[in-house]
Amino acid sequence: MSEESRPIVIAGAGHAGGSAAAMLRQLGCEQPIVLIGEEPYLPYQRPPLSKQWLSGEANEESLTLRPATFYAGANIETRLRQSVTAIDPAAHTVTVSDGSTIDYDTLIIATGARARRLTLPGIDLAGVLELRTADDAEHLKAALHPGARLAVIGGGYIGLEAAASARTLGADVTIVEREARVLARVACPLLSEFFEKFHRERGSTIVTDAQVEALEGQDGRVSGVRLADGRVIPCTAALIGVGAMPNEELAKAAGIECDSGIVVDLAARTSDPSIYAVGDCTRRPLPLYDRMWRLESVPNALEQAKQAASAICGKPAPAPEVPWFWSDQYELRLQIAGMPFEATEIAVRGNVAEGKFALFHLTANGTVQAVEAVNMPTEFMGGRRIIQKRKRLARAQIEDMAVSMQQLAA
Amino acid sequence: MPRITYIEHNGTPHTVDVPVGKTVMQGAIENNIPGIDADCGGECACATCHVYVDEPWLAKVGLPAPGSQEASMLSFAAVTQPDSRLSCQINVTDALDGMTVRMPEGQH
Repeated sequence: MSEESRPIVIAGAGHAGGSAAAMLRQLGCEQPIVLIGEEPYLPYQRPPLSKQWLSGEANEESLTLRPATFYAGANIETRLRQSVTAIDPAAHTVTVSDGSTIDYDTLIIATGARARRLTLPGIDLAGVLELRTADDAEHLKAALHPGARLAVIGGGYIGLEAAASARTLGADVTIVEREARVLARVACPLLSEFFEKFHRERGSTIVTDAQVEALEGQDGRVSGVRLADGRVIPCTAALIGVGAMPNEELAKAAGIECDSGIVVDLAARTSDPSIYAVGDCTRRPLPLYDRMWRLESVPNALEQAKQAASAICGKPAPAPEVPWFWSDQYELRLQIAGMPFEATEIAVRGNVAEGKFALFHLTANGTVQAVEAVNMPTEFMGGRRIIQKRKRLARAQIEDMAVSMQQLAA
Repeated sequence: MPRITYIEHNGTPHTVDVPVGKTVMQGAIENNIPGIDADCGGECACATCHVYVDEPWLAKVGLPAPGSQEASMLSFAAVTQPDSRLSCQINVTDALDGMTVRMPEGQH
């Protein structure tokens, strides 16, 4: 078989995998592509699963990224409800769950991440849920009937977004957080404090510094969350949102370098020259911060899909982007750009009490490393540009609303 | 069904049918037209679905309301012009049949 007719195989049909296939075609790649995904669905958007899906505003059809006709017309074979079970890098083959093997020219691993599981008594009770897939979202939606009491284990983005949706649907909500504050791993204390207060004002109970000991059940269904201090939080459903684990096992078993994520460079290349990896399953360089990191975000999935497609097609690499992220909770839109790795100071622009503010994180020499903006999209966008340019600003300038973001970012 | 023409920065045109009810952004993404990224999936959170709207269509769709989320996001989008819009905020209607939009040099 000639080299060109062996396909590009993409293991994983989530946001990164689907986007890689589309980008390859956009860049003019004409090789056959095989896109393999374990879910029953074509690539779709996950962010709305904790929001519009639960409220009924979105469904499988509206979240599908590209219709079936696109893949068919673009010579992209989609194999759903299947997964790659083994990679043989030396032989350039993958084994698929239906027993077939495929000779690949290039392989892109896009296996994503899975919700981290807690080994707790009662974890297998009915009504104990996680939120990663559309099917998960459907189960959660069904659990949010009138009179429902939702225990949210984990005060991260998944937990807070689900809590906001659940409260809006009229459910009783208690958030149980292991650390001293919500969003402990991903936001500064000031931001955590703001969100805790907001969620409490909207009726969620938030319990921090709380270790979950067990899930209690009745007739096979979860009825309560028992904390280490003996308190039991009654519930009719429990959502566990305590982080995501990269699905690196396939790569690891094939001898590809992993380090809590498949290690890749800025072209999304793994330690094997014919194998790329993109999305939530990877650990990648962050050029702005001179370190490796595992970025769990849609913008990262898209950026890496572009990196891999460009490298495979021999096109120039896309310019590295500032990592960014957004979260919608109630009428709050949180937009974050950059990461405050070495920040020592925070400039507060806007008004925290009014829920319209942006926190700029500065290093000791005034370099803006990150911005966390709540309902201030101009500050988010301007902040992102400032971060990209590695601009140095004084706290007083940033905090002065008479100075526009255009001026600050110039 | 309304036909929308998307013109890449290098001049390559793409004319596709986009059903009423979809956004101009969705028309581009679903047809894999290069030049519109739509990183946030249409939630007005990223400004990477930015397009320039040709007249007389610009008069029909209008400009974003001052102070709106779209206007704020656009203020820092790459290479904005007076005819800039975020295509995820333009709903396709029969009145837009034949509309032409142009993509900027880059979305990032």
